[in-house]
Formats: sequence, structure tokens, C-alpha cells
Amino acid sequence: MTDQKDTPAFIEVRSLSKHFGDFVAVDSVNLQINKGELFSILGGSGCGKTTLLRMLAGFEVPTSGQIFLDGVDVTNQPPYERPVNMMFQSYAIFPHMSVEKNIAYGLQKDRLPKSEIDERVQDMLRLVQMESFASRKPGQLSGGQRQRVALARALVKNPKVLLLDEPLAALDKKLREHTQFELMNIQDKLGITFIVVTHDQEEAMILSTRIAVMENGRFEQIGRPKEVYEFPKNRFVADFIGTINMFEGVLQGVRNGKVIVASDECGSSLNVICDDPPTPGSDVCVAVRPEKIYISQNRPDNSEDTCLPGIIEDLGYFGNISLYRIRLETGKIVQVSAQNRQRTIDRTLEWDDEIFISWRPRSAVLLTK
Amino acid sequence: MNGVSNNRLNETWQRFAVALPYIWLLVFFLAPFVIILKISVADPVLALPPVTPLIGDSGQLQMTADNYVFLLTDKLYAITYLRSLMMAALATLLCLAIGFPIAYGIARSKPSTRSVLLLLIILPFWISFLLRVYAWMGLLNNYGVINNFLVWTGITSQPLQMMYTDFAIYVGLVYSYLPFMILPLYATLERMDLNLVEAAQDLGARPSEAFWNITWPLARPGVIAGCLLVFIPATGEYVIPYLLGGPESLLIGRVLFDEFFANRDWPLASAVAVVLLFLVVIPIVILQRNQARDAEQLA
Repeated sequence: MTDQKDTPAFIEVRSLSKHFGDFVAVDSVNLQINKGELFSILGGSGCGKTTLLRMLAGFEVPTSGQIFLDGVDVTNQPPYERPVNMMFQSYAIFPHMSVEKNIAYGLQKDRLPKSEIDERVQDMLRLVQMESFASRKPGQLSGGQRQRVALARALVKNPKVLLLDEPLAALDKKLREHTQFELMNIQDKLGITFIVVTHDQEEAMILSTRIAVMENGRFEQIGRPKEVYEFPKNRFVADFIGTINMFEGVLQGVRNGKVIVASDECGSSLNVICDDPPTPGSDVCVAVRPEKIYISQNRPDNSEDTCLPGIIEDLGYFGNISLYRIRLETGKIVQVSAQNRQRTIDRTLEWDDEIFISWRPRSAVLLTK
Repeated sequence: MNGVSNNRLNETWQRFAVALPYIWLLVFFLAPFVIILKISVADPVLALPPVTPLIGDSGQLQMTADNYVFLLTDKLYAITYLRSLMMAALATLLCLAIGFPIAYGIARSKPSTRSVLLLLIILPFWISFLLRVYAWMGLLNNYGVINNFLVWTGITSQPLQMMYTDFAIYVGLVYSYLPFMILPLYATLERMDLNLVEAAQDLGARPSEAFWNITWPLARPGVIAGCLLVFIPATGEYVIPYLLGGPESLLIGRVLFDEFFANRDWPLASAVAVVLLFLVVIPIVILQRNQARDAEQLA
């Protein structure tokens, strides 16, 4: 998806900014989204993601910058003229209208003939499996059902882009998992470009073709879920997405394509493979995900791997995996997760066991920013 | 055990709390009303109180429909009732037209400004109602501030006759009852999810359409409450028409006062009051029923 450089982007955001007084909510961001993508904007609260979405919908007027949609400059179009629809976090279902009327509202505003409205509303009700609730009032619906109505209402006008503000935040865990896949199916079926704003990284990872990680009004990294997870560009992204162990250190040199980092935090030097290493002497950070670390009672004999002795400070059993908090000799805590492959009731590793942790050179990421 | 007895205590309290408004209505509304009703079917006499008792000296029931018949036969009363209702209705509409944008503005302002603005709405209540109506006399009369200004700027060569006209009554009514319209409107508008209006616009509604399709129907409980709070007291209003209105603007509040104090015809005055009550109660019942239906649908 990202390598279609020759075709112009379906949605293009050019140095878009939004200031509220002195506060800069969105700080001159650039963004290109292709047709049919399910694009997520991921960030914590106050990072500017909702403001960006509201500018795309037309509710906020940008301080500067432009938004192009399918080649048309929509920057100054009011929301009711944009071929964009939004699903609100609160769903914003009209409480005084039935499910049917909620969904029909947008089509009525387009002055479509009644027969066509009825037909399209029925199609949508079928798509979100709410046919039997057509005449219900929103007050009589559950959270999941309201979410479906909101989705149907936003999709019925067949928008070029569907904006979703925290679409799953109000649902409980089981329903959320189910709805995630349903959203993906619907997106796949209709081919509408989805832009999802979320603070939930798991949601973003599962749903999206690409993720933009946002912080302080700027994008820290834009990439496919795997890129963002496995190749974070900086400490913020590495830390924000998933769990990661970070060892601060100083770059010593490069040997055999491997970067050597002296880290006081783990009391030894670390080897990382890095294609484009910075100059020796610069401050860097070696980051390793918990699931990429092996735990063993004996020192592994592979000299290429980084190997550190430690003590199990804490362990948690999650059924499918176990989480360990390992204390290194320097006092640094390292998180390690391991699959529980053996079906056993006995513990192989216990509190205060002296163990070794190790990882392959390719498993760690070198972060400079 | 403790929990059980606590619950019992709570239950008693709950029953009491539910009963409280009924007790209040019984003591301060129903009982006085029954007394007025009783007086309205009596005959006036020169005595203290100036009415015939319900039970006569020989134990017979003394009731008469004369007062009501009189109200029906004398056209003056029908005209006065109608005038009062129309005037109250127009004043209510004016309050709604002025109050809605104000309430909307307050509800959409920043929370910090909101409380200040609400305080300003309530502020006039800190000054005596009578004093404020008198102040309007000073503003509206031929040599008042407004007329002086109009003559001074040359907009009019002669002072406009504003005092002692229906216009002055409307000014007084709208001015006095506006807060009663704004406050319930504000309460409903403030609770409304702004996203609803945005959602409507997102779906293709222009701002005016979004207002009539979404904001207005959802504000209806507030509109109804505000209209009732203005319409009911405005119908029987006595002080404002008396002070600001002309001699020809005869309203039912004035009639009631005159029958009671000038003519000392308590039974007829009571009959006027009873009829007024029913004229006002009927629209309330209709509106209340509408509101209950709306509330059910929104729940």
C-alpha cells in the first residue's frame, strides 16, 4: 500500500495546523492516505488526534494547511458539504428518532426519493444485522447495538471516507474483539477508506493497514503495524506501542556489521545489528521486546547473543504466557514474557531463582531519538 | 440485622419523601382551593366574612350557581378572560423568542462564563419586583429616559405614548418573566450532547436544518416548562397591567381584585378565580401529557 508512489494519495493533508489560543493541538502535520486503507491515528489523550479528525470532518477550521480529498481541496468546505461521514465516540444517535429514521436522516438531507431511502436503509440494517430493531428507539438499545446504528448511519451515504472516533472504546472486551473483525469485514466489503482515531494500541494494530503514532500534535511515526512495532523510530514510539525494555548507553563502535553499545544500566556491552549506525560516542538506546528475550537456568553458549545474569524478582501466570520481572546485577528490571508451552502444574522457575536472560542481535532495536 | 433495619428506615424515609409533595399540595393548594370553591357557590351578605355559610341555620345545604351563571351571561368576563389568555400567550411567545437564544448562548459558553451569566439572569430577583416595575414607569413615560433620548436624537419630534398602553404591559410581562423561560431552557440545552448537532451536520444538514431537526425537538421539555412558568402567572398578573397598562386594558387579575376589594363580592371573585384556574389547568394537563409521552420515548 505504501509503495504506490506514482498514484496521487486519496487523502492528502499538507502542513495542517490547529491552534487554540497559545495551545498547538495539531502542529503542521503531513499525511497521505490511499484509497481503501484502514488507517489509524494512535495517541494518548491530548495528543491532537481528535482535533485532526475533526478537521477532516470539517468541524474545526484549520489554522493553516490544506486537506485534499480525491484531488479536491476540501479545507474550507463545511461538514454538510463534505463527502465524509463520521462515527462519534458517543455515537451521537438522535434520541428522538427510531433506528430506521436515524439511518435515513442523511439520505433525507440529500432529498433522495423515498423508495431509494427505504431500500438503502434496509440494506444497511442488514449489513449491521439490525433488521429486527428498525423501529426501536435508541433508548431501548444496548451499547453494541447503538454502535451498529451509528456505523450504519455513517455508512449509508456511501462516503468517500469514514471517520471513526474511538469506535470500540465504549464496548466491553468480548464485544470489542468481535466488533473489531466485523468492522474489518465491512470495510473490506464496501471498500470505503476508514480513518480510525484510537488510544488503544491493540485496536490499532489489529484493525489497521497503517498506523500513525501521534504525540504533541505531531506524527512520531507512520507505518504498517509490524513496522511500528518491530522497527520503532524513536523511544516514544517504542515505549508507546507494547512493552519494551530500554537500555540507555553510549555507542562504542561497529564491528562485523554489529554495533556495540556500552550500557551502564545493564553492566555490560550490548550488540545490536543496525544498518545505519550513528557516530561512535553518541547516546543511544538498545530496546528489546519482552517476548524476544529467552530465559534459561544455565548460561547459553551462543557467543553472538547478548546474555545477562539476573534474579527473578516477580512472575505472573497469565495462562497462555508467563511474565517475568528480572532484576539484573545493576538493579535494572527487565521484563520477559514466555509462552507456556508445557502443560504442567509445577513451576520450573520460581521467585529468586538465579537465571540468565539472552536475546539474538537482530532482536534488539537501536534507538537514537 | 443492622442492614435490614437500615433498609426499613430508608423505606420509611423514601415513602415520606414521596409523600411530601402531595402533603404540600394538599395543605397549600387543595385545601385553600376547596375553601375558594365553597365561597364561589355562596351568596354575598353584609357580614364577616361577607358570604353565606355552606350549612344554613336549619342545617340545610346553601349552594348556588348564580355566580357562575353571571360570569357566563355578562360578556365582559368572557372578553376579559380571552384578553388575558391572549396577552399571556403573546408574552409567552415573546419570552420564548428572546429567551431561547439567550439560553442557547449561555449553554454553549465556557463553563466559567456560564455561571456568571446565570447569576446575571437571576440577579434582578434580588431587587423587589414592585420596584422593578416602577422603574419601567420611569423609563417608559412621556418624559422618561427612552422618550427623552428619542426626541433628543430627533428620531421622533414628539414623545411616543408608551406608558398606559398594551405595549407597556408586554414590556413589563416579558421583562419580569424572562428568567422563568431562560432557566428551564438552559437546563435542557446544557444537557444536550453537542455531538448530536455535529452528527446532523455531518450527515448533510445545514445549521438551520440541524437546529429544527435536532436541537428544537430535544429542547421541547424545556420549552414546555418555560412556557408554563411564564404563561400561568402572566394570565392572572395584576401588578404589571395595573401599573403600566391603561384604564381600557382590563385583565382578569384586575377584575378579580376589584370584585374582591372594591365590590366586596367574595363569591363572584371566587368564581372568577375558579374559572381562571380551570382555563389555565386545561392547557397544562395537555402539555404535561405530551411531555410525559416524550419522556417515555426518550428514556
